[in-house]
Amino acid sequence: MGELANIFIKSAFIENLALAYFLGMCSYLAVSKTVKTAFGLGLAVIFVLGITMPINWLISEYLLSENGIFGMDLTFLRLILFISVIASMVQLVEMVVEKFSPSLYNSLGIFLPLITVNCAILGGSLFMVSKEYNFSESVAFGLGGGFGWFLAIIAIAAIREKIQYSAVPGPLRGLGMAFLLTGLMGMAFMSLMGIDPGAF
Amino acid sequence: MSELKELEKKEAAFAFGKKERKLLTDPLNDNNPITVQVLGICSALAVTTLLDKALVMSIAVVFVCAFANLIISVLRNSIPKSVRMIVQLVAIAFLVTVVELILKAINYPIYVELSVFIGLIITNCIIMGRLEAFAMANGPWKSFLDGIGNGIGYGIILIIVAAIRELFGKGTLLGYTILGDWYTPNGLMVLFPSAMFVIGILIWIHRSWNRNLIDVS
Repeated sequence: MGELANIFIKSAFIENLALAYFLGMCSYLAVSKTVKTAFGLGLAVIFVLGITMPINWLISEYLLSENGIFGMDLTFLRLILFISVIASMVQLVEMVVEKFSPSLYNSLGIFLPLITVNCAILGGSLFMVSKEYNFSESVAFGLGGGFGWFLAIIAIAAIREKIQYSAVPGPLRGLGMAFLLTGLMGMAFMSLMGIDPGAF
Repeated sequence: MSELKELEKKEAAFAFGKKERKLLTDPLNDNNPITVQVLGICSALAVTTLLDKALVMSIAVVFVCAFANLIISVLRNSIPKSVRMIVQLVAIAFLVTVVELILKAINYPIYVELSVFIGLIITNCIIMGRLEAFAMANGPWKSFLDGIGNGIGYGIILIIVAAIRELFGKGTLLGYTILGDWYTPNGLMVLFPSAMFVIGILIWIHRSWNRNLIDVS
């Protein structure tokens, strides 16, 4: 259990998908204008990461590896399978959420389908493979990574809301400033590197 | 008569006039994928620590973008609307797998260094974005050119950023020493945040020079 908590903390803070690996930057920059929308997208990312990660783990373990049911090395199919899983999971999650919780569905709105092309999701799955996690570790990694991404987008959205009232030079306004801010936040998060989560 | 029309159509299909040239040059400045459309940022940040990585990545993206546009544009009238995302992703994933295998075969060290980022070309929003915005509505030849243009527009920014980061971070370009012993490499330039700063400043310069692009909000 402690091992899993370690992985959660590590993937949420120390190896933050958004601020340490800069994954999912496109939607991170595009959807961080207000805290409210950032909150919706962040929740959706946690959700999808937490679901797709274990499924992709099962696929790479039981379908693609040499010990799987086909008994041969099929890793060259990995990208195609992973992305299809993600696309179909997002579609499925969308339908389920629409059916059982219309209010959540309305608040997530367009962000659910957008998640398919959020590289944090596919990147998370590829990292999971390269780090050779087992099943429960991959769940912890997915949830932790999603939580870290959620924190990062809320933070930048809050800063961007405040900076609206500052006198930023014209050409730097909006996008340019968002880049510089993310760079500064990335530097702040870098200071967490090297912390041993086992110490907690 | 109809044959003549067919012939004219065919010629028009491969014409290279003003419009086609615009498709190629527009993404370099007014409609740059990175500094204006904000697409494909993730890989732009991650692979720009060294110039050779950025070069390989740019070539891969030009290839995938051009051919994905071509494939989807050819298929565009036979794809049902409800599953078009999945069809597009499968087409992109196929091309990326091809690139991955080729790169693995011809330059394994670079393949290892780029690690997951070659795979992440699939979710590079430039490709998806151009498929949605252009290839679904235009003919194959134009889409192909648009793909090349956007790939190059992306590549140029990537190469500029990588050159700055490698020059100041390591004092080298493509592995050759440019700044001699007197220069102490700036370690920050090799780390991720500096890519953000460099692109932020590039956007600043680009928008000061091309004032139409300034964000009014």
